Amino acid sequence: MPELTMTVNGKQVTGSVEGRTLLVQFLRDSLALTGTHVGCDTSQCGACVVHVDGKPVKSCTMLALQADGRDVLTIEGLAKGGELHPMQEAFRENHGLQCGFCTPGMVMASVALVQENPDPSEEEVRHGLEGNLCRCTGYQNIVKSILSAAKVMRG
Amino acid sequence: MYDFKFHNPDSLAAALESCSQAEDGQFMAGGQTMIPVMKQRLSMPSDVIDLGSVEDLKGISVADGVVSIGAMTTHALVAADGDVQRAIPVLAALAGGIGDPHVRNRGTLGGSIANNDPAADYPAALLALGANVHTDRRQIAADDFFTGMFETALEEGELAIRVDFPVPKAAGYAKFGNPASRYAMVGVFVSQGSDGVRVAVTGAAPCVFRISEMEKALSNNFSPAAIKDMTVPAADLNNDIHASAEYRAHLIGVMAARAVGDAILREGAA
Ligand SMILES: Cc1cc2nc3c(=O)[nH]c(=O)nc-3n(C[C@H](O)[C@H](O)[C@H](O)COP(=O)(O)OP(=O)(O)OC[C@H]3O[C@@H](n4cnc5c(N)ncnc54)[C@H](O)[C@@H]3O)c2cc1C
Ligand code: FES
Ligand code: FES
Repeated sequence: MPELTMTVNGKQVTGSVEGRTLLVQFLRDSLALTGTHVGCDTSQCGACVVHVDGKPVKSCTMLALQADGRDVLTIEGLAKGGELHPMQEAFRENHGLQCGFCTPGMVMASVALVQENPDPSEEEVRHGLEGNLCRCTGYQNIVKSILSAAKVMRG
Repeated sequence: MYDFKFHNPDSLAAALESCSQAEDGQFMAGGQTMIPVMKQRLSMPSDVIDLGSVEDLKGISVADGVVSIGAMTTHALVAADGDVQRAIPVLAALAGGIGDPHVRNRGTLGGSIANNDPAADYPAALLALGANVHTDRRQIAADDFFTGMFETALEEGELAIRVDFPVPKAAGYAKFGNPASRYAMVGVFVSQGSDGVRVAVTGAAPCVFRISEMEKALSNNFSPAAIKDMTVPAADLNNDIHASAEYRAHLIGVMAARAVGDAILREGAA
């Protein structure tokens, strides 16, 4: 089986996978990083969003081997030294999650959104979430969380 | 998904070589269509040749009135590129309106046109701008490239390398997106360039197509009023759960007028 090496949440990992192994399968099944969820497996819902080389992607629609040699960040790598990332904190504060299933993908997408556009309007936030679905339809508070986190992240 | 042998060539020559040696090889760009299709077992290549490390397929350059974009350039990069924004602003806007941010970070120009989804955005841009597709063996005009539903002029093992877009005098695009998928229910791209006005429609029929009647009217008078009340017969249009053929026919008129308005606005702003 082909071997791969990548950096996941700052640590170098190696593994052997099949050609068809998806990035999300490698993260969940080989590395036991089950924070990244699979909602649809058809590139629609965004529950599986992780960052590859700093850009949000749907890890159910990327082969593990396509991430060989790259830098991957998952929801598990967001908190630093036991302290939640401002985006995680804002989701908690603003009741930005209901069942929580979409949350890892929402948070990863939102962090990327604010990194790219530090002072987004409400409309830009809603537009930026086009690739993320919340089955609980908790969008109102998700948007509120992101706007509030953006303020904190701007400092 | 059936398993396959994965290749990760770092040059054009190595990519072509891997594909020609494989029993049933297929190039993979960002996998945004190919992976879902393979998951459904609608395609099962013996070998997947990933193009992600082939630097010759990436990048954007603008020179002598032509915007040249490498096949592996992602939608996100086209959308954010300052040179594209200045030369053909609507092309950057079109790329920024494809799918969602995550899809735009993986999906590519080459993958989009090689796939020729009837509802994809780029085919309308290529056809209306009179673009040329450069492959490993020849140059194909957009008019000859898109041949049918999910069909193109690309031969077995032929690799799209880049697309050259002539910079138009004015160009606009209007898309009525499917609210769930963001693909075009109907998208109309209008351009006014050195070889006249061209109007291309995506999303409405099995393959992107031009409307010569509108092109003629707009050549005389480049304004939304010139094509007011002009209709397209519904008979050849798509009829599905998203929209009836009649609805799409109506949308073509509305989107065409908006695209002309968009072109005029952008030209004024330039
Ligand atoms: C949720 C979602 C929403 C989307 N919304 C839109 C939308 O609104 N508008 C739109 O236009 N598109 C949309 N897309 C399509 C997307 O933007 C991609 O452009 C498209 O899926 C192609 O993806 P890719 O570039 O990763 O190519 P792949 O999936 O890797 O490849 C597609 C096909 O092209 C072939 N190929 C790839 N590169 C080359 C090359 N250089 N030469 C020859 N053959 C090649 C492959 O062999 C394969 O057959 C959407 C996709 C998703 C998943
Ligand atoms: S699980 Fe990847 S988009 Fe839904
Ligand atoms: S909180 Fe339940 S899916 Fe979003």
